[in-house]
Amino acid sequence: MSPEAPGADNAPLLVLDGVTKSFGAVAALRGVHLALHPGEAHALVGENGAGKSTLVKTLAGAHTPDTGRMALDGRPLELRGPADARAAGIAVIYQEPTLFPDLSVAENIFMGRQPLRGLRRIDTTAMNRDAERLFERLGVRIDPTRPARGLSIADQQLVEIAKALSFDARILVMDEPTAALSGVEVERLFGVARSLCERGAAVLFISHRFDEVFDLCQRITVLRDGAWVSTDRTADLTVDEVVRRMVGRDVSSLYPKQDAPVRGTLLEVSGLSRAGVFSDVSFTVRGGEIVALAGLVGAGRSEVARAVFGVDRYDAGEVRVAGRPLPPGSPRRAIAAGLALVPEDRRQQGLVMELSVERNATLARRRALSRLGLLIGGAERAEAQRWTRRLQVKASRLTAPVGTLSGGNQQKVVLAKWLATEPRILIIDEPTRGIDVGTKAEVHRLLSELANEGLAILMISSELPEVLGMADRVLVMHEGRVVRELSRAEADETSVMLAATGQGATA
Amino acid sequence: MAHDSLYAAPSSSSAETERRTGRLTGLRGVLGSWDVAVVVALVVAALLAGVSVESFATGRNVQFLLLDLVPLAMLALPMTLIVITGEIDLSVASTVGLCSTVMGQLWLSSGLSLELICVLVVLLGAVLGAVNGVFVTGFGLPSLAVTIGTLALYRGLSFVVLGDQAVADFPASWTAAAVRDIPGTSIPVAVLPVLLLALVFGVVLHATAAGRALYAMGNNDQAATFAGVSVARTKFWLFVASGAVCGLVGIFWTLRYASARGDNATGLELTVVTAVLLGGVSIFGGRGGLLGVVAGVLLLGVLRNALQLADVDANALTIVTGALLVASVVLPNAVADVRARLHRRRQRANPVAP
Repeated sequence: MSPEAPGADNAPLLVLDGVTKSFGAVAALRGVHLALHPGEAHALVGENGAGKSTLVKTLAGAHTPDTGRMALDGRPLELRGPADARAAGIAVIYQEPTLFPDLSVAENIFMGRQPLRGLRRIDTTAMNRDAERLFERLGVRIDPTRPARGLSIADQQLVEIAKALSFDARILVMDEPTAALSGVEVERLFGVARSLCERGAAVLFISHRFDEVFDLCQRITVLRDGAWVSTDRTADLTVDEVVRRMVGRDVSSLYPKQDAPVRGTLLEVSGLSRAGVFSDVSFTVRGGEIVALAGLVGAGRSEVARAVFGVDRYDAGEVRVAGRPLPPGSPRRAIAAGLALVPEDRRQQGLVMELSVERNATLARRRALSRLGLLIGGAERAEAQRWTRRLQVKASRLTAPVGTLSGGNQQKVVLAKWLATEPRILIIDEPTRGIDVGTKAEVHRLLSELANEGLAILMISSELPEVLGMADRVLVMHEGRVVRELSRAEADETSVMLAATGQGATA
Repeated sequence: MAHDSLYAAPSSSSAETERRTGRLTGLRGVLGSWDVAVVVALVVAALLAGVSVESFATGRNVQFLLLDLVPLAMLALPMTLIVITGEIDLSVASTVGLCSTVMGQLWLSSGLSLELICVLVVLLGAVLGAVNGVFVTGFGLPSLAVTIGTLALYRGLSFVVLGDQAVADFPASWTAAAVRDIPGTSIPVAVLPVLLLALVFGVVLHATAAGRALYAMGNNDQAATFAGVSVARTKFWLFVASGAVCGLVGIFWTLRYASARGDNATGLELTVVTAVLLGGVSIFGGRGGLLGVVAGVLLLGVLRNALQLADVDANALTIVTGALLVASVVLPNAVADVRARLHRRRQRANPVAP
């Protein structure tokens, strides 16, 4: 397979050839090819976890590739840090730029490179004038002397682009820049991107929105599971074809859920809204059922789970557990009502890394385990032993800090911690993120078993095969709303992916 | 962070874990030996003092030493719990001072019985602690800043209450009770309630659900919240408890010296924090135990007492306390860093196959 797109008509500015990058046992990039041509906008698409962000970080100099070559203008390029990337003329615009809020726009642009006058004083006049010229080139009006605080995200991105121009960046990487922008702002950003292309810059555009990809870009590269799938001219592609390439893989390798008798409704969420995060989310989960909450990262799935569990507040709506309303904002009451939440971020939310396996496994049960208010006589040890044995946690000893375990075993400890509370409803956010294949299958088997025992399971997952293999029903979220509910029969890669990207969203 | 991928998360954090577990095994090693080291230091200091300082090993000095230790030991108990949650209360000495002057003022002018006044003073302490608690948990301010503020505020108020005068005419039966010995020994009766309180705090910290929650939130308050711990509420009540203990200490201090003054217990917070950190509690929260702290309190008490007997002046005492404070923060971290570095070097030497 050639990294060159068919019919490349000019020499590429930047070429990546066979770039790989692994983190521990996880291969994030597996032989990725990419060629960015001057004057072109190039789209990079793929599912969550396809390796887009790793690629962006590699271009930004934050990751060094394990193998593979990069070349700029035909000369080998090595990026050892963000400073190298900048020197090579590569600028990355993130979805949410990080400006210094209390400094002026011009100071943000020229941070560390301020024009100086006598006695090394900063020449504010020259700095503001230069900033103004940059904005003129971009054709936008932002006052260089105003503080960055209070700028809209769209304007913050333009400040970042101005900064990129100020050090003559020729390669502009835009990582989901439009996720938080309104229609008008997107148009303005695209105007800027097009005019940069006309002046010979190369733009790498990452987005989940196909209409934007097809509107802006001349070429589309598809990544899947860290590997390069294809690069084609946009004119030769259709949305359906791109989606097929993004998801096309073997589903049968996953452990499928067994059919369990469906019981009464255990979790009932109605009209749940939180301003700017999700709105009017309603669904039910019955005992014996696994309901998957699918969608792209940022669609608001984890936020819904956190609100249901009481970690976050919500503005409107109601949560009922087995018919009884659950008061908002209290994980403790949620636990008492029989809810359990295995959170998305194991290290920050799921476990206290410094504490022992046994303390972590019994943390949510600490009250129930105490007798006369006291936790003595090895009650915790016995409970931890019971659950770590059932889940086959591999730890040298139960008193070892949980941070010394492998990712898969850590996830098992989180599961043990929540199963020990004997929940009726299990909300599990990214059940198999970052764990090895063997443990993955174990987790899937366990979830199936639990459903069989009558638990209601709400599973959030960004891995389509997992969703399709495990779920009885699939709820698809897009930009804070549940846009589609699919039965097991209706759900396939294309229907879920289309709904998740907001295509053909008929709720 | 909407663009973080499946792979982005393990990337940054695997390095982080390596660093932390490196530090962690280091810290574990240090803490295991830290407790022992403090106890050994205590024994050595006591033996040295007994041999070289003439009047150290006398019944009368033991009595004084223990009386001096009562306020320090009592204040160190809630402080231990607070520091384990990752917070700190620097206002304790000023709270003691304010409680003492209010006690004096009430005795002087209110005509209430001393029993009732004592109850009111403990309540006052609890309220002063609650003020700290509200600022720290309600407004989410750093406890270091809040309690430095109330350190000055409460001390200022205690001078407002009594000016620069002292109230000294407390009933002799009360002031004598504060320094009385257990019959037949040279151990003050006041030690008994301290032991009881230490037992209560020790049990709460080491053998209850609340104690487990304290360690969890000191290490990672987010994970604690997800496990159903009410982080803010727990911290609030710890500050209230700290204030109430300050009230008790205020009463003891006033009766022991038969004097309610605005400058009572000035600077004691330094000694309390030193004792807690010397006892092996991590200033970053999440680590340490009450036995270590008891050893730390005793060691500090013996050192100060012996130096006082050897006619070392007060400034030198402060220098010793300060140096111990810095050492007990720096040493565990320095040792842990060295161990983490060695650990990393070992890992580099034996790279794991990809």
